[in-house]
Amino acid sequence: MSVILILLIASISVAAVFLIAFLWGVKSGQFEDDYSPASRILFDDKPAVPKQTHRITKTQ
Amino acid sequence: MSTLKETIQQQIQCYHCGEPCPNERISLEEKKFCCEGCKMVYGILNETGLCDYYSLNEKPGISQKIKARADKFAFLDDEKTQLQLISFRDDKQVHVTLYLPQMHCSSCLYLLENLYRVNNGVLSSKVNFTRKEVDIVFLTAQTSLRQVVESLTAIGYEPYISLHDLKEKRPAINKTMVFQLGIAGFCFGNVMLLSFPEYLGIDASETALRGIFRWISFGLAIPVLLYSSLPFYISSWKSLQHKFLNIDAPIALAIIITFIRSAWEVINGTGGGYFDSMTGIVFFMLAGRILQDKTYRQLSFERDYTSYFPVAVSVLKDEQETPTRLPDIKPGDTLLIHNEELIPADGILTKGKAFIDYSFVTGESLPVLREMGELVYAGGRQTSGNIEILVVKEVTQSYLTKLWNKEEMKTDDADRSVSFVHLLSRWFTYIVLAIALSTAVYWQLNDPAKLWPAVTSIFIIACPCALLLSNTFTNGNILRILGRNKFYLRSAQVIENIAKATHIVFDKTGTLTSTREQDIVYEGKWISDNQEQQVAAVAACSGHPLSKALTHFLEHGRQVEVTEFRETHGHGIEGYAGDDQIKLGTYEFVTGAKKENTGTAVFVSIEDQYFGYFLFSNHYRKEIPALLQQLKGHYRLSVLSGDNEAEKTTLQGLLGPKATLLFHQQPEDKLNYIKNLQLKGASVIMIGDGLNDAGALKQSEVGIAITEQANNFTPSSDAIVEAGQLSRLTRFIALCRANQQIVVASFVLSIVYNIIGLFFAVQGTLSPLIAAILMPSSSLSILLITFGSSSLLAKRMGLLPGKRTT
Repeated sequence: MSVILILLIASISVAAVFLIAFLWGVKSGQFEDDYSPASRILFDDKPAVPKQTHRITKTQ
Repeated sequence: MSTLKETIQQQIQCYHCGEPCPNERISLEEKKFCCEGCKMVYGILNETGLCDYYSLNEKPGISQKIKARADKFAFLDDEKTQLQLISFRDDKQVHVTLYLPQMHCSSCLYLLENLYRVNNGVLSSKVNFTRKEVDIVFLTAQTSLRQVVESLTAIGYEPYISLHDLKEKRPAINKTMVFQLGIAGFCFGNVMLLSFPEYLGIDASETALRGIFRWISFGLAIPVLLYSSLPFYISSWKSLQHKFLNIDAPIALAIIITFIRSAWEVINGTGGGYFDSMTGIVFFMLAGRILQDKTYRQLSFERDYTSYFPVAVSVLKDEQETPTRLPDIKPGDTLLIHNEELIPADGILTKGKAFIDYSFVTGESLPVLREMGELVYAGGRQTSGNIEILVVKEVTQSYLTKLWNKEEMKTDDADRSVSFVHLLSRWFTYIVLAIALSTAVYWQLNDPAKLWPAVTSIFIIACPCALLLSNTFTNGNILRILGRNKFYLRSAQVIENIAKATHIVFDKTGTLTSTREQDIVYEGKWISDNQEQQVAAVAACSGHPLSKALTHFLEHGRQVEVTEFRETHGHGIEGYAGDDQIKLGTYEFVTGAKKENTGTAVFVSIEDQYFGYFLFSNHYRKEIPALLQQLKGHYRLSVLSGDNEAEKTTLQGLLGPKATLLFHQQPEDKLNYIKNLQLKGASVIMIGDGLNDAGALKQSEVGIAITEQANNFTPSSDAIVEAGQLSRLTRFIALCRANQQIVVASFVLSIVYNIIGLFFAVQGTLSPLIAAILMPSSSLSILLITFGSSSLLAKRMGLLPGKRTT
């Protein structure tokens, strides 16, 4: 039954990883805007016109 | 047949913005536009391959009929201004966040994030739709702040840059509570899981395991105690400093006592402790708090005049126009105010005809004429061409801003009203303390060993958490429902204040009436269709609001040639439409004779023959008569207006004989009226829209700012309502009233749980299992009741099936 100990450590560690992911996500402002990401994925990428090849980078 | 053709013509909508096209002449590639501006935006989008803009949404453009003038953003070339507006700069790049109130759909999002195609110097542009902001990164080598702003304006998204942006950045969102909630949730979940062995019984042979589970629970409860519960500690400490016991004090006490008791048990090996109840209750209460503290980030309830004023204005130095920031304007400067611009400082008119619209500042519905040498006050908008002003006072010393500051000092800053919840909880605390005391005495006399278990159990089980939960969840739900109906409250306390109101005060111009429209009635000799067109054609040549309203009213469809047009400001306009001379204006202008007390009327003569007049009266929003009818029975009503008395009889009819109507009200008069009402014991709701209402809005218990569009400038207030939703005011008030009843009902239910728990607690037999069952079940049942009843009520009032609003 002492295998439960290993299980405990494993599961709490995994849960902690998710907690950290949540905190990081909130901190980086991903949840501030819930409208844009939903619409953004629906935009088509136009074939790149030669001179304008700047990638849109996330600024924050 | 001609009318049929005209109606078909009116159906043609601009491909860009959807407004009706007056004729078919403006077009490009088979697509019709309402104005050259819209056509130009289409042209830009077409060239840069961004026409998906139009396929994502129907007619997504913003009307370009009113274009910004060419040098409007010249002030952005100034280094100092740039430094205050941008958020980051290094050798190569500049980061700036701009506020674009016109953003309203996914097409806007698409276009703005493809800004780099319109302006090559832009590296990236990320939109935050909820805040209506865009974060732009651009290369200093290829473009400048001014050019970026001009590119945005060219595609129809002119940033709103006000004096306020020079003072401070828009505040960042406070995320601490979310972190606290996250950690509390994590710990709560895990402690619950680890507590199951305690409930379900664990073999004596596995005591080592049981010990480990308990210690881990102990460890997980520590962050909850020290970090997640901070809001409760801080809040109760603050109120204790004011010698007031609010609802967070007993909660903080309960959390600490539970932790100490449980820690004691685990360290001594005498029990499992109550960590699951403790972490659970913290988690639920934080969730309620966050729900209640929901803010509408794209709105601002704190605006002052600096949000209304522009950043810079043109100063004339030796015939040169130099854009100068508002704080740098000194008395003695000569300002050049362009058409449709705000006058930022008090000054004397030195050149041009000043026809100033003060409706936002004083409530007067018609523009005021000022002659050369007269004093013009800041805050008005110039409506008839360019003028020059010699500044007399600095911007912060002008009559308008002094008014603003004076009122800020007069009224109290802190929230004066205290929620009934705090008072309820106080009684609760006293009762619990009494029970604890008597239990302590009892056990001291009978079985001292049971004293500590009993007393601590009492505090664990009998916390007014249920009251806080029901309050916060109900408030949060109601705030959300009201928000979906475009009635945005600044905080949950406003709900209660609305429920307590006894007296409602309305502003007239812009609140009861719509400034965009006028009701027009023609009196006089019969006028033929043809003649109407001639009158409309002449009126269309003038920028005066009465002329514009007249043109709109007569539905100018056909083009009639107008020659020799002349406008005499303050008197009238004349011109030849076809072969007939048309004169429109005051009675004296049109006929030569004087006449008194004409009201707001435009007299007409055709070929020097007097025909009659168009009588203008305020256009009341169509929901107002019904709304006033409903309110009449329950509230005392008043109307305070900065305008003249022309509308007195109409208003008296709408409001009933008991209502008070006051005209020619200065902003201080409005403020004093409300103060007088409050001295007599009334609780006032003030509804207004302009700067002239600002003091009154602050002074009243609830100040509601009404706006045509939620992103427009609104003075500082407790709530913002969109004009179209004003008809629902009675239902909003009813919902707020119900809030109190729902909270009390669920609190009573929670008392039942408390009694059951106390039954075990006073005997000292409160096991962790019982606590663990009672806590969540009381929380959940309260949640269900509060959410359920407030949503049900809203649905019955027809307030619920609102579509998602931004």
